[in-house]
Amino acid sequence: MDFIDEDFIDHNKNNKNNHKKMEVDQNEELPTKFDMEMTIKYVANHGNDKNDFEYTMTEFLRMSGIYWGTTCLDIMGHLDKLDKKSIIEFIKNCQCKKSGGIAACDSHDPHILYSLSAVQILCIYDALDEIDIPALGKYVQSLQQIDGSFFGDKWGEVDTRFSFCAVAILALTNQMNLIDVDKAVEFVMSCVNPDGGFGSKPYAESHAGLIYCCVGFLSITHNLHRLETEKLAWWLCERQLKSGGLNGRPEKLPDVCYSWWVLSSLTIMGKAHWIDGAKLKEFIISCLDTETGGFSDRPGNMPDIFHTLFGIGALSLLGYENLKKINPTFCMPEEIVSKIYQAQILEY
Amino acid sequence: MSDSSDEDFNESYVMYRHRREWSDVHPIKQNDGPNPIVAIAYSERFLDVYDYFRAILATQEKSERALELTTDALRLNAANYTVWQYRREILHALKKNLYDELQYIAEVIEDNPKNYQVWHHRRVIVEWLNDASKELDLTEKILDLDAKNYHAWQHRQWAIETFNLFDNELAFIDKLIAADVRNNSAWNQRFFVLKHLGLTPETVQREIHYAMNRIRLIKNNESSWNFLKGLLEYGDFSISQFPDVETFTEELYNSGNRSPYLLAFLVDMYTEKTLHIYETNSYDDPEVYARKVVELCEMLANHYDTIRYKYWKYVIQKFNADKELAKVGPNEQNEEKDEEEHLVTREPEKVNGEAQ
Repeated sequence: MDFIDEDFIDHNKNNKNNHKKMEVDQNEELPTKFDMEMTIKYVANHGNDKNDFEYTMTEFLRMSGIYWGTTCLDIMGHLDKLDKKSIIEFIKNCQCKKSGGIAACDSHDPHILYSLSAVQILCIYDALDEIDIPALGKYVQSLQQIDGSFFGDKWGEVDTRFSFCAVAILALTNQMNLIDVDKAVEFVMSCVNPDGGFGSKPYAESHAGLIYCCVGFLSITHNLHRLETEKLAWWLCERQLKSGGLNGRPEKLPDVCYSWWVLSSLTIMGKAHWIDGAKLKEFIISCLDTETGGFSDRPGNMPDIFHTLFGIGALSLLGYENLKKINPTFCMPEEIVSKIYQAQILEY
Repeated sequence: MSDSSDEDFNESYVMYRHRREWSDVHPIKQNDGPNPIVAIAYSERFLDVYDYFRAILATQEKSERALELTTDALRLNAANYTVWQYRREILHALKKNLYDELQYIAEVIEDNPKNYQVWHHRRVIVEWLNDASKELDLTEKILDLDAKNYHAWQHRQWAIETFNLFDNELAFIDKLIAADVRNNSAWNQRFFVLKHLGLTPETVQREIHYAMNRIRLIKNNESSWNFLKGLLEYGDFSISQFPDVETFTEELYNSGNRSPYLLAFLVDMYTEKTLHIYETNSYDDPEVYARKVVELCEMLANHYDTIRYKYWKYVIQKFNADKELAKVGPNEQNEEKDEEEHLVTREPEKVNGEAQ
């Protein structure tokens, strides 16, 4: 659940050497159709292009990068484009022998974010037994604090993202009994704001990405009844702007990744029909870069694999043809998740 | 990005592999993992610095030169959390002056204000020093550049809460809201402060007027309306307890304003009135308000908030259902509830099963 949106990483800074797409030509016609073949190629070949700018500096989140790529390709029905064996080998090398946690990359320190990405990839490949699952469970257990919250790693940062990662890892590996779930729920519920939304910790501003983490957390722990569903769903539908796109906080610009964070949360709460799905679909497709096949945050910007996954994930939730169904809680193919764990989803 | 970072180094920069004082260290190459998703194009300088970083990490060297090496590594990539962690271990081992580190990290934050790792490092150093006297100034500086920076707000809230720095915060928020009344982060911070100071009846009155005055300036502003609504709901107040708010919103409507936020607020207000009259069997005509609720929802669905058409249709449906329930009266509702509770004691498993 690494957030690579403009609230958490400065896109413009990362893109400052690339002028190609910095200025949007207002007259340029935006795409209205989504050519899946091209997007498959984009994801499968990602990183082969030595001039690829976004990925020159991202070893610190490589595990998440692989998760975005595998999920994306699986949803499009082309997981075979990646080399399963080398990916599994890579993950095995990233598990820390001492702590059991998994790092973003060989020789990095373990972190709960990348531990979840690794577990998600292994589930997709039906290869969980390739790593030491009990050791990973102990690692997650060791990160829970007295107030029920979770550290992201041994350095003690607390965030509702980590609560989500913890229960997602334990659910997918069938080890939920290792933590105090009730206390974990109490911590997440202490982060509710008067607008019904959630932030990263108590009193932090409501943010759609963090709302997804908290709603997903409650979905996994079967505690959705703790939510004021209507109030929260209303706040989430307010994220839809005239363009059809969704933003993450009031008065911010729309961004394709919020199509996922908002729509998945609404889907979990059975309220996805409250927004205008047709207009959202139009917005997402307008963010397709026809030159490469990747999706960007907004029309005309540089594409990247993160926005490509979340664009495609949202299209799958909207029932787009030829895409596999995606699970709104775990952001993985439904056919994979349904064999492993039943999260709580509210009906329409 | 590695290229752009290279610009930050001056011309006399020498590669680590050419430095005599580093000749005793054997650089360790990166294992790049599986292709193709993860193949990475590095600049030469980046490779050089990180090869040496991996080497000192492997030998656990904690020295002045290792500290300088982490500075170079972080200049190339401030998001590398492993380098930050190792840097802290070096600082600790060498017993470095942490005020120097505070100065250093402030500069890094100014260059990378949207990066988890740099803010986390700042927090750890402040904790080690047990001194947050510079945190309000630092976050103010960063919020000057982007008043909605989530990291800066998180850090500021942490410092205020941990070191009890609430005193001048409302004045600071006023300044930000005066500069941009749509700054949702500032409104959120207002709630944060108010909750800590305690919401007395006087405070609630004052804050309601504060919100109304800001709505007068810009009517179509989600943040100020959400604040007003949040304030009323937080205190479990009904809108009718505040005649000022009723008058204010009705006057806005009568003056021709059709902001969706205003209309949505009026929907809540008239819903509350309708249900209250039915529940208490008072002499007013509830249908006067009921008609307004439906009329406003239709206006929103068909004219002023068409993108949320289905939501407003749902609100009408739910309102009608709630109205029927309210008509039954609270006494009979309680009886029904008693029966349900009776059921619970009789068949606890079944009810729990349904709750899932």
